[in-house]
Amino acid sequence: MAIEYGNTAWVLISTALVFIMTPAVGFFYGGLLGKKNMLSVLGQSIIIIGMVTLIWVTVGFSLAFGGWGQPYIGDLEWLMLNGVGTEPLSTADGSYYGATGIPGLAFMMFQGMFAIIAVALIIGGVAERMKLKALVIFLFIWTFVVYLPVAHWIWGNGWLAQLGAIDFAGGIVIHITAGVSVLAAVIVLGKRLSLANCCPDVPHNVPFVVLGGALLWIGWFGFNGGSALAADGIAANAVVVSQVSAATAAITWGAISYFHQGRPGVLGLITGAIAGLAAITPAAGFVDVSGAIVIGLGAGVFCYGGILLKKKFNYDDTLDVFGVHGVGGIWGVIATGIFCTGTLASSRKGLAYGGGFDLLSDQIVAAAVVAAFAFAVSFAILYILKKMMAIRMTKEEERIGADITQHGESAYGGLF
Amino acid sequence: MLMVIAIIRPERLGSVKAALEEIGVHGLTVSEVHGRGEQKGLEFTHRAGKYRVDMLPKVKVEVVVKDDLETKVVETICRSARTGEVGDGKIFVLPVSKAIKVRTGEADS
Repeated sequence: MAIEYGNTAWVLISTALVFIMTPAVGFFYGGLLGKKNMLSVLGQSIIIIGMVTLIWVTVGFSLAFGGWGQPYIGDLEWLMLNGVGTEPLSTADGSYYGATGIPGLAFMMFQGMFAIIAVALIIGGVAERMKLKALVIFLFIWTFVVYLPVAHWIWGNGWLAQLGAIDFAGGIVIHITAGVSVLAAVIVLGKRLSLANCCPDVPHNVPFVVLGGALLWIGWFGFNGGSALAADGIAANAVVVSQVSAATAAITWGAISYFHQGRPGVLGLITGAIAGLAAITPAAGFVDVSGAIVIGLGAGVFCYGGILLKKKFNYDDTLDVFGVHGVGGIWGVIATGIFCTGTLASSRKGLAYGGGFDLLSDQIVAAAVVAAFAFAVSFAILYILKKMMAIRMTKEEERIGADITQHGESAYGGLF
Repeated sequence: MLMVIAIIRPERLGSVKAALEEIGVHGLTVSEVHGRGEQKGLEFTHRAGKYRVDMLPKVKVEVVVKDDLETKVVETICRSARTGEVGDGKIFVLPVSKAIKVRTGEADS
């Protein structure tokens, strides 16, 4: 297969676009926290970029994408990127990875950015109380036992792909795994002292939240558009439906909070956009604009409900990672089974296009299995870690904030 | 007339406000402050040794009340700000000679 220049250019640009999403998550989350924890999430996002990149180029890429068709995990055919080079990769049946003429290295790095952002999403749920050392150990293990297998199940032609589940850009692989794992993590960790004691810090810098959210929004065009692995009509469709879903969800969220709380908060508007983007992710190459509007609408409604769950069930998901990414991801994966047109990147038709429950049931099974798997494994890792080491900061450390106690710096200087 | 100045933990502000409201004290001024008490801040141990955070973030609450409310206000703040651990804060009571309402210029006794 010869190199296709246009496709390669688009995938390389998309790689950079997806990269920027991880520092963006740092700003998005940091602004939502109290100012004494701003640096901790920025620091964690850089640590994750470093750690996951190294995992990825050594064994991670091969375990996720190698061993095409093996049901549960890839193999070590591309250990240390051996065989992943300037030529397109080929798979056992000649499809997918290299079919659009992009170099193996471009495909590898593009997918690597997805692994990084998936891991980085988790830090928002456990923020303000988890010890940095325990967090890094947890995320290291999590990458191997949750992310890499699930990525293989879907994108390495593993058992879920063979079952028939489709996930265009990572609704299952990224948003459901990270979102649901956070739910398990916060149950093991327990509530923040500030919440248990009355009142957590209010978001200290909403402009940072909007800035981070806007960078996420920009990055998402590469995330979804680049997942076409080609500069073609499917990529254009993915970019358009991403924009439509984000726009619809932002407006929906604003409208709900206008009626529910009297005023549409800025935080809510940008959170709504992120929920819309999370929900359209699995569907971006499969649905058209009308589907995207319904998906965005659903994202606004369900994720708004999702963040109310934590009060009802009394868990402390600091920055609503489950409410936005978990719920948004699950909705998007199921919605793909409803609104898949059958004329874009998949020839299968969803429920609304006369395909019956065939695809829908595959999607529901995939969402349920991955959610249960991510929850159980994350719970087990942290439960065992908790027996072996301190996974939470001490009360005093929590009161002073993670910036000083975990990193020895403070975000805004001053006397201290 | 007395001014009650309470230096409390930031995370207890919500419950102190609510408790003061319950006994009819509505007017108050709040500021973010940093300081230390008898323990000279907090000392932490990490891999490379010890470090001290000697200026701890606190919240200062100021309320001005009639003399006869002193005990009640002090008791209420103590109760609502307390966690029982070192660092719960301090309360100071000062005399106030006059309070003037800006809108009308009238002096409160």
